[in-house]
Amino acid sequence: MSAIFILIGISLMIAASFLAAFIWSVSSGQYDDDYTPSVRMLFENEPKETNTELKN
Amino acid sequence: MPTINLSTVTPVPCFHCGEPCLDAFVEKDLSFCCSGCRQVYLLLNENDLCVYYDIDSSPGIKAKGNFVSGSFAYLDDEVIIDQLVQFRSEEQMNVTFSLPQMYCSSCIFILENLHRIDAGITHSQAHFERKEVFIRFNPMLISLRKVVELLAFIGYEPRISLEDAGPKEKISFNRRKIAELGVAGFCFSNIMMLSFPEYFSGGEIEQEGLKQTFNWIIFTLSLPVLFFAAKSIFVAAAKGLRQGIINIDAPIALAIIITFARSYYEIISGTGTGYLDSGTGIIFFMLIGRWFQHKTYDALSFDRQYKSYFPLGVTVLRNFKEENIPVTNLKNGEIIVIRNEEMIPADARILEGVALIDYSFVSGEDAPVDKYEGDLVFAGGKQKGGAIQLKLVKEPSQSYITQLWNNDIFSKTKNKEQSFIHPWSRYFTAILFSIALLSACFWAYKDPSKILPVVTAVLIVACPCSLLLSATFTFGNMLRIFGKNKLYLKNASVIESLAKVHHIVFDKTGTITQSGKAQVQFNGDALSAQEQGWVRSAAMHSSHSMSNTLAGFLRRADLTAAAPLQHFTEVAGQGLVADVQGARVALGAASFVKDSPRQSTSASSVVHVNINNSYKGFYEIGNHYRQGIPELARQLQDAKQQLHILSGDNDAERQNLTAMFGAATPLSFQVSPAEKLSYIKELQQQKGGVLMAGDGLNDAGALMQADVGIAVSDDAARFSPACDAIMDGAALGKLAAFISYARVGRQIVMASFILSILYNVVGVSFAVQAKLSPLVAAILMPLSSISIVLLVTLLTSLVARRKNL
Repeated sequence: MSAIFILIGISLMIAASFLAAFIWSVSSGQYDDDYTPSVRMLFENEPKETNTELKN
Repeated sequence: MPTINLSTVTPVPCFHCGEPCLDAFVEKDLSFCCSGCRQVYLLLNENDLCVYYDIDSSPGIKAKGNFVSGSFAYLDDEVIIDQLVQFRSEEQMNVTFSLPQMYCSSCIFILENLHRIDAGITHSQAHFERKEVFIRFNPMLISLRKVVELLAFIGYEPRISLEDAGPKEKISFNRRKIAELGVAGFCFSNIMMLSFPEYFSGGEIEQEGLKQTFNWIIFTLSLPVLFFAAKSIFVAAAKGLRQGIINIDAPIALAIIITFARSYYEIISGTGTGYLDSGTGIIFFMLIGRWFQHKTYDALSFDRQYKSYFPLGVTVLRNFKEENIPVTNLKNGEIIVIRNEEMIPADARILEGVALIDYSFVSGEDAPVDKYEGDLVFAGGKQKGGAIQLKLVKEPSQSYITQLWNNDIFSKTKNKEQSFIHPWSRYFTAILFSIALLSACFWAYKDPSKILPVVTAVLIVACPCSLLLSATFTFGNMLRIFGKNKLYLKNASVIESLAKVHHIVFDKTGTITQSGKAQVQFNGDALSAQEQGWVRSAAMHSSHSMSNTLAGFLRRADLTAAAPLQHFTEVAGQGLVADVQGARVALGAASFVKDSPRQSTSASSVVHVNINNSYKGFYEIGNHYRQGIPELARQLQDAKQQLHILSGDNDAERQNLTAMFGAATPLSFQVSPAEKLSYIKELQQQKGGVLMAGDGLNDAGALMQADVGIAVSDDAARFSPACDAIMDGAALGKLAAFISYARVGRQIVMASFILSILYNVVGVSFAVQAKLSPLVAAILMPLSSISIVLLVTLLTSLVARRKNL
């Protein structure tokens, strides 16, 4: 029956890692701009541009 | 002169900016309205960036044409570079520019692909809502000045003002709020989940040690909520107490402390599970409310001062050599050079050149004024035309317009009236304490061991957080609805001030009138640029208000210098005849101008044009008051509001204004900025709040002094002085509806408050009988919070729909 204690521990650890990921994403500025990225992802990137991107 | 009659052909829209092409600039079957637009296209084409034109059609911003490369020379100055850039090393510079022109996805595309135009730019990233672009470049390959010139060339001239020279504040505040919300939500939901076994098993979990494990996990999970997420509530409560005010945060903080203290005691002593699920839940709901209410408008700035308008760099003449220095280093008596479209940074006297100064920004006067050598010009004016040399008579901070900011009102933060929920929360607290005291007396008589549990239970259950919730969600939703109707409020307390308004003061120019382009329209055979220049030169010499408007309109159209007149006669009330560069120009009424076959249909002001005895057509000078002004005045007066008009302009419009606003409205003309401020101050001696609607720097003092200062602007993202709210000019007609909506807001909060009292009565009745189990608290708390939130959001949206907002 002590399996439940182990399971609680594991589930809490998983949940805590999600919380940590959330806090990291907030502090790294991912929530600072909630509009521009949605537009940016729609632009076509031609292959030759990717090269210059890499160079930079 | 073009030989084709352009009025018969519909002009093709410019491929770049979409404006009609009057002169043909054709490139690869594409038409452009000017060579500037064509050059931008060529540049983009050369760099394979023509996707720009596929994302939106004609996305470009009209190229400024004669681009003066000297105007950014001040960006070569080392001191200015240091002030502007965020990071600087030998090979890298980081800088953020504010670009108010950004308006579509194409703008984002082009701004993020600057590295393909110039290899010196390594990275650029746009922030659409803040209308900013972050650029990283290599100063060995491209200078800061060249970067700005490139941006200006493609149509995005950065707004660089004196304010940018100051230290920049970081935006970590918002991040903290989101993190608090996330932590509170995480801990609350986990605590709730871990409490369920206890509730469903009726308090008896059979598994040995499982109950204790759950309790200690709950205990651990509640700590970050108490010490991290709820910190702002404690800080606000302490701030109020230090100032001797009991605000709504104080009783809430008290309830939180008691809830957590009692729960921790129960868990540590092993006597119970405590109320941590309700306690963390209520903190989570309050944080959601605060996040909901603090809707911010990233691109808008509500606390600009003159520094945001003034240029950062200026060209000075020292030892007959032009130098670029920061405005802050300007000394009295220095000689400066001001070019076309540049702003005068300080009061000065003209040494050389003919000035045509546009004070529209400062005084609201629409027509620019001619100034000659020896004349005094004031800070804030913009030069239109050639370069002039000025000798400073005052330093920038001591000038006529900037002196307004020396007024006390700008140094102290606006004495904000406390929201009505704060006094209410005080009554609430008083009643709460008396209930706790009464039940304590009762139980002291009956069963003294239950005094402490009962008193703490009463304090836990009767927390005024539902009052806070109803206020934050009501005002938060209203802020959104106001924003949708293009009235952008600085914060929620403005709604309460708006509800109390009794006097409404309007500035005239730019507020109830519409300054700028759309007023003048030409009907007839299109005039060539040269002919327009002649008309402008002739109109400029007349003092008639229609001629002034016409001349102002034509000056915006082309920037060629006015030609001197050989001959000029004016017949008052009829028109004028002038000889310009060998051509005879007649302007005026239909009967005055020869051969006018066309009669205008509308009764609005019309100026007919005849050049060299051939009739060309007429300019229609439209009603330049904003739409719906007379209706607005009537609605406001029906709502028992006292209206006032303050104008920095002369009284030429007195009759029109009286017709629209009625005889009961006091009109004041030629009011100086300081007089506007004191006018508002005097009104505030009377009962009721004062609302000031204005634009321009000259209203800045009055907007600051008024209980509600609304800056009316045709482009909300552009200039607006410090204020409580920014309104799109088109929304001015809805002002009466806005005010009555704000009044309804208070009633909605009251209604939801009554609902929350009902819940409290239920909760307290359990508590005084010593029957408040964690289960009852865990049911009551989310039930009351969610029903209140639903009620107020529904009510506010419903009322808004009925008021057509």
